[in-house]
Amino acid sequence: MNALTQMATALTSGEIEVVDLTHTLDPDFPVIILPPEFGQCARFRMEEVSAYDHRGPAWKWHNISMSEHTGTHFDAPVHWVSGRDVANGAVDEIPTEAFIGPVCVIDCSEGAAQDDDFELTPEIIDEWEATNGRIPEDTWVLMRTDWSKRRGADYLNMREDGPHSPGPTPEAIRLLVEERGIRGFGTETVGTDAGQGMHYAPPYPAHYILHGNGRYGLQCLTGLDRLPATGAMLICPPLKIRNGTGSPLRVLALVPKGTS
Amino acid sequence: MTDPLARPPKKNPQKVQTVPVLPPAFRSRAAMGLTAAAAEGRFKLQHCAECGAVQYPPRDACVSCLGLELLWKDTDPVGELIADTVVHTSPNLYFRRQAPWRCGTVRLNAGPSIFCHVHGDCLKGSDVRLLSRLDRAGQGVLIAIPKETTPNMADDPELRELGADPKHRRVLITDGRQPGAPALAKALLDAGAMTVFVGEGETWRPYPERSALEKMDGVHLMPLDLTDTSSVVELAGEIGGKVDILINNARFMRPGGVLARGDTAFARDEMEVNYLGLMRLAQAFGPGMKARGADGINNAAAWVNILSINAIANDPAYGSFNASQAAALSLAQSLRAELRPGGVKVMTVFCGPTDDDWYQDVPPPKLLPGAVARSVVQGLRDGVEDVWCGDVAKDYAERWRQDPRVLERELAGDMG
Repeated sequence: MNALTQMATALTSGEIEVVDLTHTLDPDFPVIILPPEFGQCARFRMEEVSAYDHRGPAWKWHNISMSEHTGTHFDAPVHWVSGRDVANGAVDEIPTEAFIGPVCVIDCSEGAAQDDDFELTPEIIDEWEATNGRIPEDTWVLMRTDWSKRRGADYLNMREDGPHSPGPTPEAIRLLVEERGIRGFGTETVGTDAGQGMHYAPPYPAHYILHGNGRYGLQCLTGLDRLPATGAMLICPPLKIRNGTGSPLRVLALVPKGTS
Repeated sequence: MTDPLARPPKKNPQKVQTVPVLPPAFRSRAAMGLTAAAAEGRFKLQHCAECGAVQYPPRDACVSCLGLELLWKDTDPVGELIADTVVHTSPNLYFRRQAPWRCGTVRLNAGPSIFCHVHGDCLKGSDVRLLSRLDRAGQGVLIAIPKETTPNMADDPELRELGADPKHRRVLITDGRQPGAPALAKALLDAGAMTVFVGEGETWRPYPERSALEKMDGVHLMPLDLTDTSSVVELAGEIGGKVDILINNARFMRPGGVLARGDTAFARDEMEVNYLGLMRLAQAFGPGMKARGADGINNAAAWVNILSINAIANDPAYGSFNASQAAALSLAQSLRAELRPGGVKVMTVFCGPTDDDWYQDVPPPKLLPGAVARSVVQGLRDGVEDVWCGDVAKDYAERWRQDPRVLERELAGDMG
């Protein structure tokens, strides 16, 4: 048996479980809100074309529309100004190997439950590594906050001074990108950055540093509480959109039985 | 005095729906002038350009001098009720259902004697005022009302039938997020609306108007996003059978014409909300309203669209938005014709610049929310199709009538 047939056997026997980390594309799912003068992120929309009726007697189908950054989605390097000149920085150019690989999950759910503006810091990463070992190169790192369990207005948590949700500090992202060489970073919130991320230097450090270095982002993930800290495999291929800056996608994790 | 209109009882679910029937709708082309005047609530009659004679009914030539130039002009509406009668039965289904129906003859100070509908409080031999109104078939008719206001005057069954008074009716305001929504809801409740449903989209995003709306007795906030077909269909499923007046106040706008924008993103949003939003609403709520045009005291009566006056002539400073308003106006014309068999009126409230964030660099006069709300309520009471809200809208409408191309060039200003 080669590695792949072993894996297939493990999948059919249930030794490897498949965990869905994706929110349903729903018209009422929150999207990032920018100041009104800026262009806005299109919501997910679905229009019925026919439903076994006079518009098409034997079939039902919909036209759908959305932004590249609606719902659970992938951020490519060209999404950010810092990554505009990165080679192979659009979703259709990214090497497909990037869409499947090992994943580390840093559990920040306790802190995020206490503090809406909870920050992932280098200290927290150090602490995580003390338990789980050093984050290997070219892995995905996900920040678990259980934020995906929030509903309605609590999700964006928008106040007069903008949204409040957890995210990484510039130092933490620098550590992950420059010293650990991670492949990408994912969150349960609407962006890879904290709600108040515009007030860091640089503003939106996760976007700026990740994409400037050719790394990827995943956001609006859910179900991270079902992943082990290490040992899972992430599958996240975005749609192959020409010059696409991102894409809604189905994110799956392969998890050894008993660890989810 | 008129007996005050009692709050309608809850509907008997075993009773078959009363289907709408309409009064006779045929008119000559000349008589359509009366309809056009009634659409704005203006009392106009034909005046001969040659001899000045005022005449009624409308004809193709002057009864005094056979002159062919007959101008529809605002006319003194006061006269004396010289005769009256009550119709108790009629071969016409509509009047058969409405009977008893009072009619009479008014000798106008302006000259002609006119056979018209008569308000119950008019006394024979006394002075009355004629109102030009649209009947359920959407045609211009005249009704005599007392010269001085009488108690509960608006509750007269004939007058109520010729309008869409919010009293005892259930209203849907489609967008609670608009700055004017609380004032609009309050004005309708003050006018006696039984219930005011207010649609709100994207409850995951807070908005300041919500706290004011929440506090109002009689206001129910309902999920509604005009850009999301499923949300519109769902709400129509829930309350579509009890929306008697629908007020579409949704608006998406950004400044800029064609060249100021490098893309079609905002234009698409404008069309999604302002044009397709109206279409989604109409497809979801229209059939129910059309079917309920004769559903008792709180029958479906009116559909209101609040639009910019620049729907009739584009101001390029907001050129793309104004194009969406023109599209909505055109669609509303189609909707008007399509709802007419149900006796449901379609009214457009044309607004000048409103006093809000998107018109902040436009000089006054600008419309405050209260002014728009008052116009909506008055328009409903009068049952008109066109309401020109505020001085800017009135001025543009007048200039547009004089010459649309001149107005277009004037609105272009230095940009042209």
